[in-house]
Amino acid sequence: MARLTIDDLKKIKEKQKSTFALREGGYRAKVTVHMGTCGIAAGAREIMTSLLDEIEKSKVEDVITTTSGCAGLCAREPMVTVEILNKPPVKYGDLDGEKIREIFKEHVLGGNPVEKYALVVGSETTY
Amino acid sequence: MEKIRANLLLCAGTGCVASGTPKVKAALQEELEKRGLADEIKIVLTGCNGFCAEGPVMLVYPDEIFYQKLTVDEIPKLVEEHFLKGRPYEKLMFREPEKKLAIPLMKDIPFFKFQVLRVLRNKGLIDPESLDEYIARDGYMAAAKALNEMTSADIIKVMKDSGIRGRGGAGFPTGLKWEFASKSQADQKYMLCNGDEGDPGAFMDRSVMEADPHSVIEGMIIGAKAIGASKGVIYVRAEYPLAVKRLQLAIDKCYESGLLGENILNSGFTFDLEIYLGAGAFVCGEETALMRSIEGKRGMPRPRPPFPAHKGLWDKPSVLNNVETLAQIALIILNGAEWYKNLGTEKSTGTKVFALTGDIRNVGLVEVPMGIPLRTIIYDIGGGMKNKKKKFKSVQMGGPSGGCIPESLIDIPVTYEDVVKTGAIMGSGGMVVMDEDTCMVSTSKFFLEFTADESCGKCTPCRVGTRVMLDMLTDITEGKGKDGDIETLQDLSRDIISTSLCGLGQTAPNPVLSTIRYFKDEYESHIKDHWCKAGICSKLCSFHIDEELCKACGACLRACPQKAIVGEKKVPHRIIQELCIQCRTCYDTCKFGSIKVGPAGCKDIKDIPELAGKAGG
Repeated sequence: MARLTIDDLKKIKEKQKSTFALREGGYRAKVTVHMGTCGIAAGAREIMTSLLDEIEKSKVEDVITTTSGCAGLCAREPMVTVEILNKPPVKYGDLDGEKIREIFKEHVLGGNPVEKYALVVGSETTY
Repeated sequence: MEKIRANLLLCAGTGCVASGTPKVKAALQEELEKRGLADEIKIVLTGCNGFCAEGPVMLVYPDEIFYQKLTVDEIPKLVEEHFLKGRPYEKLMFREPEKKLAIPLMKDIPFFKFQVLRVLRNKGLIDPESLDEYIARDGYMAAAKALNEMTSADIIKVMKDSGIRGRGGAGFPTGLKWEFASKSQADQKYMLCNGDEGDPGAFMDRSVMEADPHSVIEGMIIGAKAIGASKGVIYVRAEYPLAVKRLQLAIDKCYESGLLGENILNSGFTFDLEIYLGAGAFVCGEETALMRSIEGKRGMPRPRPPFPAHKGLWDKPSVLNNVETLAQIALIILNGAEWYKNLGTEKSTGTKVFALTGDIRNVGLVEVPMGIPLRTIIYDIGGGMKNKKKKFKSVQMGGPSGGCIPESLIDIPVTYEDVVKTGAIMGSGGMVVMDEDTCMVSTSKFFLEFTADESCGKCTPCRVGTRVMLDMLTDITEGKGKDGDIETLQDLSRDIISTSLCGLGQTAPNPVLSTIRYFKDEYESHIKDHWCKAGICSKLCSFHIDEELCKACGACLRACPQKAIVGEKKVPHRIIQELCIQCRTCYDTCKFGSIKVGPAGCKDIKDIPELAGKAGG
């Protein structure tokens, strides 16, 4: 990677924003698996494996998966956040391999949040 | 017979009948007659609909509208709206998930509602292993501003104006610390990060390092510019492998991208950063001991002055900041001191991260504005006790250096000053919540075991004193306590606090002092009555079944490992005291609260002072 200048920072910021703004990146959905120590201990690895397996099987190409740190509510790990284009993010908790497959089919592919596993919808207040 | 225009299929399955179908049917019939609709609308009782949880339920044909949770009170309105005026009564309709999202919003859930994320701004949002994603969230823009547009004095002024205080525990103003170091003249200075989080039950710093390592690095770059340091070290305990891995990855990417090393962002500023793995000694969280540890020596504190701002690592001027402090430096540079102060109180500005653990429902990591009532953190954000039948007893703040805050003080605002007044300290942010089944003597013994173990041994009061106190506490929990022990513990505590060199010894007696202050009666009942009322100290309790409360369900009888419980169906059970080993299994198993805790050696429930007059057992 080349040495960065301040202009590069701005460019990366814009580029990243458009990659992760689902619309501009050409994506329809993004699934974030929370993988802090608490999440991993609770089984986040299995969630990720099941999720990747479902994506592979369904052959969809407009869904991205990513990992992130602790979502704060360690008591309810493993957790994921599902974001669908033009919809507020939905956080799910207490997941396992089967539940994430169901969420993938119902919510990510079908567009209908799975209420029984969902914890909350929306984003937190920052700053 | 008139033509029936609608059928009301009212569920009369067992579930719905139990939740009120007969009454609803009567009310419905009456209302239909009153409105003159009885001849054209027919009520049909059906078998179980399957949606018992929402019963009584009713399906209206031909409209195919499904009503749930019918009540007698709602019937007139329902009949008027739907059957008279033809407008389905939305209030009782089942909401299809597709049509209306019934998942609560962040603002409806107290756990999220009261939080404001600054330190944790990227938690759960970015990939901690991606530099680009950090940059996308304004990452390194503050470093660019500090390195290119600000002087050292500018940066220090913003920090001082913001009022930010060190989040490691003591709350020393960060701007002042930086100013002292910036004024020291030396050929080499060091910017250090304290990631040696060691309090039992605290995991704020680990979470920040795991979720957002670049925020710590950026804070260090800005601090280095402020004090004029060209080298830095992040001291992390080796027990945090994931944090170490992600920090190292972040540092490597920064070097590749010119965000660390020479001429950062073409500003001409040079800063080298490395990780030093600590072996997990608690004393190494103390700044002078931490610096000795980095030097490869045994981690022991040394007297101050000289303060690290003048003679720190390798005897060069050094600044040591906590992870949580560093993670918010970038935000202050970008948004300014005034913005920072808009949350918190006059003397405790900004937000604080807490690790909630113990007997609380929502175990987790939360960030709240300073000054929020402690009650809000425990009952709203934390969701109250994990076991709803149990009462809140105390919250331990500040770890082994802190103290227990009792229920009577739970309405204090959480600020550095107010927490200190209770005898606890803000500390790094661990909050261990305890319910009524906690023995406070055992709790203080637990923390003293920790500090006695972790004492580095340099000062006699700390090395020997904590051991003597621990022995006394152990005696008290085993029924060997004597009159005057409480006073001796208090005297010893004062001596250890006033004669120890570093923070470890100066604060080690705090858990004992604060529990004596608020729970002296528990110490007394341990010593005088040989009675641990929480039933934790096995040598100081006996278990008895209250026959009036016992449902004779047999649960305790099956769970008892000693087969010390006798009884049969419909006959209240009894504990054979001679066989009981006070393992507490029956107490934890009973769903009806019928097991009572008596003093050691108590043979009969009638002899428990507070339960005098109860039936035998």
